[in-house]
Parts: sequence; C-alpha cells; structure tokens
Amino acid sequence: MRTSIIIGSAALLVAVSGCAPVRPWVKPYQREHLADPIMALDRNPVSSIYLDHVFETREGARGATGGVGGGCGCN
Amino acid sequence: MQLSRNTRGRARELATSWRTLAVLCLAGVPAVAGVLPEDRVDLLYHRYQGGGITVQGPSILVQKRIGDHFAVNANYYQDMISSASIDVLLSASPYKETRTQKSVGAQYLHGNTTYSAGFINSVEPDYRANTSYYSVSQDMFGGLTTVTLSYSRGWDRILRDIKVNGDIVNDPTFHQRADHRVYGFSISQILTRNLIGTVNYQLSTDQGYLANPYREIRYLDPSNPTGYTLAPQIYPNTRTMDAVSASLKYYLPYRASLTGKYRFFTDSWGIVAHTLQVDYVQPVFHRWTLDGNIRYYRQGAASFFSDLFPYANYSNYMARDRELAAFHSITLGVEASYAFSIPRLAWIQKSTATLRFDRMMIDYLDYHDALYSKYDAAAFKAGDEPLYSLDASVFQAYVSLWF
Repeated sequence: MRTSIIIGSAALLVAVSGCAPVRPWVKPYQREHLADPIMALDRNPVSSIYLDHVFETREGARGATGGVGGGCGCN
Repeated sequence: MQLSRNTRGRARELATSWRTLAVLCLAGVPAVAGVLPEDRVDLLYHRYQGGGITVQGPSILVQKRIGDHFAVNANYYQDMISSASIDVLLSASPYKETRTQKSVGAQYLHGNTTYSAGFINSVEPDYRANTSYYSVSQDMFGGLTTVTLSYSRGWDRILRDIKVNGDIVNDPTFHQRADHRVYGFSISQILTRNLIGTVNYQLSTDQGYLANPYREIRYLDPSNPTGYTLAPQIYPNTRTMDAVSASLKYYLPYRASLTGKYRFFTDSWGIVAHTLQVDYVQPVFHRWTLDGNIRYYRQGAASFFSDLFPYANYSNYMARDRELAAFHSITLGVEASYAFSIPRLAWIQKSTATLRFDRMMIDYLDYHDALYSKYDAAAFKAGDEPLYSLDASVFQAYVSLWF
C-alpha cells in the first residue's frame, strides 16, 4: 500500500511538473554564437539543394535531409 | 511506320526530380519558426561530370520579405544533360536533353508560428512533375525548440521517347502516372549556448509507375553471343520509405563550426541505407570562409535487384537499376567563400562569391560492368565482368547577394 502511494505520488509529481512552464536554459542574450552565420543550419540553400539532387539521383535512399528549422535565437 | 526504341538510361533520375524539387523548396525556405528568411538572391552555376554523364546549368534562388509577416521565394533551375552512361552504352545511343524546374513559395509568420506553402513544376521531354508542399513550424520554450510538420504531394506523368524516321518523339502508346506523398516531422533544439541538435523523420509513399522505362534487366542466355539477353524491368507499383536523421552542430571556441550528421533509411523494397557526414567551417582572413566535409554512404540492394537473372521471367519483380544495387560511396567536398562589397550599389548589404568542389567515389558491390562482355564476350563471361565503379566531380560557382 505504502509503495503504491509513493509510486502514485511520484507519478503525480512528474505529471504536475510537466505542466510547469519550461524556462529556457540558454537565454536569448547567450545565443551570440548560435546566431553566427557559420552556425546556420543551411548556410547556402541554393548549393545544398543542388547537392541533395546529385545524391538523390544516384542513391536508393532519400528524405530526412532537412536540417532546417532551427530553434535558435538568431533574431 | 516502324518504331525504334531509343533506350535512354535517365528516367530513374527523372523520376526523382519532383522530390528534389520538394527538397529544394522546403530546404530553400528555412523553416525557422518566428523568423522569416533573409532577403537574398543566389546565382549558381553547377556542373556534374562522371560516368559518361555531364550535367550543367544555372540555378537562381530569390527570397524576399513583404512587410513583417510575409515572405516569398522563387527558384529557376536547369539541367543540361549530355549522357553516354553505362546504361546508355549497353542498350542505346548517347543523347542530350534539358530539364527545367520552376518553383514558387510563400511564408506567413504569425506569432511564433510560420506557415509555408508552395508549388513546383518540372518539365523534361519525357517527364512532367508537379508538386505542392505545406509546412507549419512552431517556435516554443523561449526559442529553444522548433517543431516542424510538413506534407508534400506529387503528381508525375511519365512518357517514353522513341525514334520515328530519325526524329525523337513521345511514344503514343506509353503514358504512365506516379503519385507521391511525403510526411515530415522535425525538431530542432538548442542544447547549450554552443550546440544545436536536430532530428528529422520522413515517411514517403510512392504509387504508380515507378520503374525506369529505358533501362533493362539481363538474364542468362547461352544462345546469345554475349551470354545474356536484355528484357524490360518490372517494378512494384508501390513503395513506402522511412528515413530518420540526427545532427549536431557545435561552435568551436576559436570561431569555427563542426557538424555531424547520421541518417538511417529503410523501405518496403528491402533497401537499408546509412549516411554519415562531417562538416567543418572555418572563417579566415576576415573575408574568407572555408568549408570541408566528408560524406560516407552505404546501402544494401533491393530484394528484386539482380545484376544477372538466371532465366527470363525469373520472378514477379525484376530490376537492374544501379540505384537499387548494393554499393558504398565516399564524397569529399571543399568550399571557399569570399565576402565583398559593392560600393556603388548601396542597397546590397552583403555579397559573397563561392566556389565549391566535391569528388564522389562510388563502388558497386553487385553491379557488374556489362560492357566488358558486350564488347569482348570471349574474354568476359556474363556475370564475371569487373564490378562497376563511378568517380564523379561536382563543381559549383555562385554569387549570393543580401539586400
């Protein structure tokens, strides 16, 4: 019984903490390195598009090449 | 009227053009939620040479913001192809042709959400492809995380060229279609002040005519002087693919970046593939940025692939496309970019000129060079020819303008 209460309480604690707002552990003012152009997920889209094309036409695999969609504080 | 078939080994490449276009638009418009792409123009010249094929042409990509919430983009891309590849030499004659693709897209930024949509069109003499795509990106947790959902739909029309009285025309008896759907999910995560991680997942389905109408299988035939006879390929009409990738990009203390990527791919045709890539970027001398990368790729063969079938009508599905063979490849790339200013054009804020060179080396594990037995059957028995390998050079030169 006691074990069940402990497990239930722990589960409740985890569930409640899941509702708490997530505080960014990397503040916007700490993202200067991430905002550097050399850290862009796709620095030269016109070139990466072309290379994707070159690989895709010669390989059986395709997809998941994105890399775009960075959650960075670049702005 | 006698029709002679002009067997060209390119339809496989054509069949993937719509997907490339989808990648083009989806990647060409950075899906960073909360941030619209920069106003930018890229003018690119590309050239691929290897395996008897030369492909070159221009690409122009324009991205422009309209107000604070809208952005549009457009791309014009052209492949001018001159081919005498191993597939062509085995059963046809060299050819030249041009492929043109055009795309337009738009993005709408609302709060931390970015909505994207676009349309892509590709035209070749014997292939038409139209693709529409949609995506939504949500920036969350104070900009630490971006989640993107995407969907694209493609409609292809496949034709086949033949020679009639010396002229190349579409075969009036050959009209095929293929439909494609791609579902994507990606998440990008700022892990530390120097490290970003990204995970991508993509589910793709193809339905319709998925074979290459020009390429052929070969099967053992002792009655033929070469030891084999060619026959049409037979592909399944459906294909389902799963691809998942993960990457980490790290900012090094002396202002350089290091990126590692891995992708796993599997499909309903039995292909399993692994891709591993490392990329290093180093700014030098104030105006220069150098980039070096290595990419390793490895795949197993499709379940219905064979270099040489034991007899005609061996199984329900039969293919000899080397893209479905087992092989591994290494690609080495170097890039140098120079930033310069144009004083007389004050509206251009930044400009760069970039040269890039990639060397691709592919070694096939179960695909033999059938030209040996074709031209010297006495010395090379069918199936005992040396394995085929392909070395290719890929060159790019482009100018980028930010305004």
